[in-house]
Amino acid sequence: MSHTDTDRWRTIDIVVASVIAVAFGVIFWAWNLVWTATEGAFAFFPPAQAVIYGIWLVPGVLGGLVIRKPGAAFYCEFLAAFVSVLLGSQWGVVAILQGAFQGVGAELGFAAFRYRSYRLPAAMLSATLAGLAAAVFDQIRYYAALDLLTARLPIFVLTVLSATVLAGVGGLLLTRALAGTGVLDRFPAGRDRALV
Amino acid sequence: MGTVRLRGFGWRHAGRRAWAVRGVDLDVERGERVLLLGASGAGKSTLLAALAGLLPTDSGEQEGTVEIDGVDPRKDRERVGIVFQDPQTQLVMARCGDDVAFGLENRGVPAGEIWPRVDAALRRVGFPYHRDRPTAALSGGEQQRLALAGALALHPGLLLLDEPTANLDPVGAELVRDAVALAVDADTTLVLVEHRVAEALRLVDRVVVLAPGGGVRADGPPGEVFAAHGDELAAEGVWVPGHPVAPRRARTPVGDRLLTADRLGLPPRLATTELTVRAGEALAVLGPNGAGKSTLALLLGGLLRPGTGRLTATAELAGADAATAPHRWRAPALAGRIGSVFQDPEHQFVTGTVSEELALGPRRTGQPEHAVRTTVDGLLHRLRLTRLAGANPYTLSGGEARRLSVATALATAPRLLVCDEPTFGQDRRTWLELVDLFADLRDAGHGVVTVTHDADFVAALADRTLVLERADARR
Amino acid sequence: MFGGEPVAAPDAPLARRNPVAKLAAAMVFSVVLLATLDPVAPAIAIAVELAVLPLFGVRYRVLARRALPLLAAAAGVLVTLVLFAADRSGRTLLAAGPVLVTSGVLVTALGMVLRLFAVALPGVIVFATTDPTDLADALIQNVKAPARFAIGALAAFRLVPLLAQEWQMIGMARRARGVDAGRNPVAKLRLFGSTGFALLVGAIRRGTRLAVAMDARGFDAGGPRTVARRQRFTVADGLLVAGALVVAAGSLAVSVAVGTFRPLIG
Ligand SMILES: Nc1ncnc2c1ncn2[C@@H]1O[C@H](COP(=O)(O)OP(=O)(O)OP(=O)(O)O)[C@@H](O)[C@H]1O
Ligand SMILES: Nc1ncnc2c1ncn2[C@@H]1O[C@H](COP(=O)(O)OP(=O)(O)OP(=O)(O)O)[C@@H](O)[C@H]1O
Ligand SMILES: [Mg+2]
Ligand SMILES: [Mg+2]
Repeated sequence: MSHTDTDRWRTIDIVVASVIAVAFGVIFWAWNLVWTATEGAFAFFPPAQAVIYGIWLVPGVLGGLVIRKPGAAFYCEFLAAFVSVLLGSQWGVVAILQGAFQGVGAELGFAAFRYRSYRLPAAMLSATLAGLAAAVFDQIRYYAALDLLTARLPIFVLTVLSATVLAGVGGLLLTRALAGTGVLDRFPAGRDRALV
Repeated sequence: MGTVRLRGFGWRHAGRRAWAVRGVDLDVERGERVLLLGASGAGKSTLLAALAGLLPTDSGEQEGTVEIDGVDPRKDRERVGIVFQDPQTQLVMARCGDDVAFGLENRGVPAGEIWPRVDAALRRVGFPYHRDRPTAALSGGEQQRLALAGALALHPGLLLLDEPTANLDPVGAELVRDAVALAVDADTTLVLVEHRVAEALRLVDRVVVLAPGGGVRADGPPGEVFAAHGDELAAEGVWVPGHPVAPRRARTPVGDRLLTADRLGLPPRLATTELTVRAGEALAVLGPNGAGKSTLALLLGGLLRPGTGRLTATAELAGADAATAPHRWRAPALAGRIGSVFQDPEHQFVTGTVSEELALGPRRTGQPEHAVRTTVDGLLHRLRLTRLAGANPYTLSGGEARRLSVATALATAPRLLVCDEPTFGQDRRTWLELVDLFADLRDAGHGVVTVTHDADFVAALADRTLVLERADARR
Repeated sequence: MFGGEPVAAPDAPLARRNPVAKLAAAMVFSVVLLATLDPVAPAIAIAVELAVLPLFGVRYRVLARRALPLLAAAAGVLVTLVLFAADRSGRTLLAAGPVLVTSGVLVTALGMVLRLFAVALPGVIVFATTDPTDLADALIQNVKAPARFAIGALAAFRLVPLLAQEWQMIGMARRARGVDAGRNPVAKLRLFGSTGFALLVGAIRRGTRLAVAMDARGFDAGGPRTVARRQRFTVADGLLVAGALVVAAGSLAVSVAVGTFRPLIG
């Protein structure tokens, strides 16, 4: 079974999606600080910092893979951004808009597979689209004053790549690891485990 | 309202071969007050969840039927209120009043009626604070009472309580029982799960005993059931009143000092405490909720850094490491010397299966693999967990989880054992086994420190007691 | 801060405004300001933000503490711009290898740094004065956000302060069983990662139980839900949003008038 019976969200879908998002909201909050702190380390070539960008896109992919319902990827990504702003973020309330934008990207990846497949291709497509959305948003929001060839282009490409790898592949591995612990037993992602 | 009808009911949790509960036929009429008994793992919590309609079809397999007032409780939960064992996971909102109002909002109670009903429910359970108080600022007993108020505010026809006084100090437990006694009226059916029968008897007029293999073992008024089946039930693990347990006094004289706490404290959780722990002695730490007992246990276990004062180990316990404080020892060395059992067993689990959980400690302390296997098998057998060796620790019943957490601390054969509430939620049989286990350890020259609210346990085992008070009571 | 509780005087005139209105005002204000790259508009905006701070009941010291990470972020913006600015017009101030600092670069950098502050501060102010429960209530009642999702998110948010405690517990549980990293940095990193994973697992497990507890109190009943706490969107709330728009647009207008306006796109 790769699909739950209906598209209606059960309470457990809502709460677990929210918990994933909230947990990542806290991680975002911490990641904002890490991002700022590593700015020095990347000073030789700041666009390279985009390599660690993918972390910001994990909740969308993870939420989509775990909940497997239309809207899950968007909800998780958006709520995670919202929570990180609630906890205090240097990017301001605009980060909420950004989360929504990225969430739409992540959601489209699963929609493209008509919410039927939750394997690597879907995860990677979702992550890539989320990365694209993020990269476009950032170009306008943050990097408008930078040089196109030496800065904006590399940032764009690295952001999308980082998203695909960290959020796409990483999100899938994380889902599998979570399923292995038994916490996803009530989700399709956690079924098919041995009897004891 | 509130009649229960079970016909051939059975439930098997997803991922399990064995049925958690099976072959139960039961009728409970409106206004009856039933005490549901049974050995640990007999399926009491599962049955309550079924009555509350909280066993989703995708989480297991059902046999037979459950009906509350003639309908499947999954379809219509209006009539049922349930309070789980762990209050932490059932508070939903950040403020006490909002939490009680939550259920009323869900059921579409008109806005004007909500707050009067909230206040009435809080009054009925004797809740001492204003409804604006943050739920995070409540002690365990207060949380338990709030959860009860949340269930009562809905005016349920059927009230289900799963060990509502576990982990409460005797005063707090009595308060919750009083609240229940006040709250149930002729229209409310009550089904209560509680291991300690004696305290719960005044709340009920009927007992139902689940048989471990399936079906109902005994059913009727408490007096009759215990008169007819008392001895067998006691042997099977039910706490039958009037079947006292024999104390286990120390057979060997008290040995050397192991640990000394010198003005040890961790403000604001624990006020300064003086304490000596000796080999061959069972020390019980008592005190009300929030007195800092668990904090003391973690300090003695070398897991927390003391805020004030010092904790020193003797060479008898720590050899060359005696010069350093336990919280600075490397973890493998610590695990070989001091075993800790946490208050919440689930806080202690770090692996995915019961047998892995038991093997972890011995492996980390460097035992060879065959010795690890022997240790694990021995403990599984002794604490009756063999059947569950491959199960995920987090799916165990309350009592099973507690046994596993004790077993993990024993696995490294530490010289000193520090246990936080090792006997709560245990049936009589496991309880006796635990007493024997600890007594044997003590007689073999180990030190045993137990934090507990369990007066029977203290009477049966403890050589010495230490009573902590709440820090605010002293000021 | 993890409690998400307000740190401001709750009865200050603007802190009392509807949470959705405050959020919308902050959003409008920030988005409008993003339209320019010049330093004048954000400078005016910051001045206004600091001026209205007492009306929100937030003390300057609290704001300063919360805005601390902004300083580091500002330093990052500065470095990036010096190295990669597109606009290198104006007088050359410093030329060292690839680094070419001109007056144009500095003006842009100043604009970006001020913009960072101008856009971030409204968020800090709003969330310092807003209780999460009120926010969820207002989202449900005033903008018709789906109630099940808003309440679910709120219930999950309540777990945040517990995560810190849980982290400590996991560490102690492992130590008790002989698991630690010692001085090896690689082992430390691995232990950190696996503690984080255990935390996520524990949070999801709590979430599943919380969902059961919520269902036990009729959360999934499907019938119409009522609300115990009314949130109203009044004229004053509308004025707050409009005021934010006017101030933001006004600062853009000033920057156009003095000729410093540099549109984001174009
Ligand atoms: N979520 C679950 N998944 C799998 N198995 C479970 C789950 N919950 C309980 N079980 C198993 O079902 C059996 C009955 O558990 P239950 O919790 O109903 O027992 P109980 O009578 O309440 O015991 P206790 O007195 O120890 O609380 C146990 O063997 C337990 O391991
Ligand atoms: N991690 C923590 N951080 C801050 N305060 C804590 C923490 N854990 C416990 N406390 C507080 O410290 C006090 C003592 O807590 P502790 O758990 O040691 O009490 P206890 O005696 O074990 O109570 P109980 O009988 O309810 O288990 C309580 O007021 C509690 O709220
Ligand atoms: Mg139970
Ligand atoms: Mg305790």
